[in-house]
Amino acid sequence: MQPQSEIHSHEHQAVPSDPVLRVKALESLLVEKGLVDPAGLDELIDTFQHKIGPRNGARVIARAWVDPAYKQRLLADAPSAIDEAGFHNQYGDHMVVVENGSKVHNLVVCTLCSCYPWLMLGLPPVWYKSAAYRSRAIIDPRGVLREFGLELAEDTEVRVWDSTAELRYLVLPERPAGSEKLTEDELAALVTRDAMVGVAKVQMPAEGGKP
Amino acid sequence: MNGVHDMGGMQGMGPIRYEHNEPVFHAPWEARVYALDRAIGAWGKWNIDAWRHDIETLPPADYLRMSYYERWFAALEKRLVAYAFVTREELESGTSAPGCAKATPVFTPEKARKFNRGIPSSNDPSVPPVFHIGDHVRARNINPVGHTRLPRYARGKTGQIVRDHGVYAFPDTNSQYMGEHRQHVYSVRFTARELWGESASPRDSVYIDMWDDYLERA
Repeated sequence: MQPQSEIHSHEHQAVPSDPVLRVKALESLLVEKGLVDPAGLDELIDTFQHKIGPRNGARVIARAWVDPAYKQRLLADAPSAIDEAGFHNQYGDHMVVVENGSKVHNLVVCTLCSCYPWLMLGLPPVWYKSAAYRSRAIIDPRGVLREFGLELAEDTEVRVWDSTAELRYLVLPERPAGSEKLTEDELAALVTRDAMVGVAKVQMPAEGGKP
Repeated sequence: MNGVHDMGGMQGMGPIRYEHNEPVFHAPWEARVYALDRAIGAWGKWNIDAWRHDIETLPPADYLRMSYYERWFAALEKRLVAYAFVTREELESGTSAPGCAKATPVFTPEKARKFNRGIPSSNDPSVPPVFHIGDHVRARNINPVGHTRLPRYARGKTGQIVRDHGVYAFPDTNSQYMGEHRQHVYSVRFTARELWGESASPRDSVYIDMWDDYLERA
């Protein structure tokens, strides 16, 4: 670990304080030294902006809704079941899937940093990483859910999962009533990131129309 | 470390600010910081636990004031110097020292496509579990000054083992390069009333992932 004095001297450095300029300066230094390849950076950014995100998780959830045997595999051994759905676990996330029911509601948080199931949901939103959410989700989960517009019945059991290790949690939301005739693809389109973190329920589209 | 990052149970942090249709990155520099950190990480000089500790040891007021990627950037600059990727002078001047050899980047586009955080776990039978599903356990009341993943709000509290997740490196030692000390990690269920007292809902609970060394028999 580096001594505090270095951090303080760092605050008075000549490099501009604007993060745009400072990050640009750092990248050119690292490129100049041959430590990073800008094309590698571009590829990784493209992956997280366009290839992985909540649509991945939604496909796994929809499959679990239409295929009870798959659902059992997903709950018992999420990494294998997710791999089976075509999402090879190249990101090293050790997935655990927890199931919501009529009387059980699961909520995921990381109080110590911002651990999040990247493979299934992509990078976390700002609110998930915020002090407000990290501090309060465990001590006042019902109040937090109310802020998200979700009022839970008193007789619902709330289970909060604090991601303190390398396990990454995904909520299997309840399949919404009235969705019986929807196809797996149509169901996947209903599943939101928020529902898979546990701060929302999956809703049928307004006016009963198909998604 | 009893730092500001360990914020579970704190109050007064304000309302949750929700952004509709939030972009993955809010500015191109955030994306560059994210990717730079991963690309330098690919050199394999640090592990995830040391990485987390570098963020936790930012000055507490800065930690609270900074955005997520500002923290990443500050920690990355700190690490680049500490692990001798660049000198302080190079960081401040923005140009490499004259005559220094040029490296060949390891994080190529090909590697980016196969990006792997690479957190090893196993079901290694040579590491037997100390506890079993159903066991009643107490989170130890320890206050290590280095990195730990035992949150303050759980210390001294009693819970029950509900799931054994297999064997993982122990963050408290791994973060200091003092060995992986691999051991079992469990989901431990603590009732909301055990954690927060009688005003909490009798139905609710918090599940915390804990290593063997964080637990004692209750």
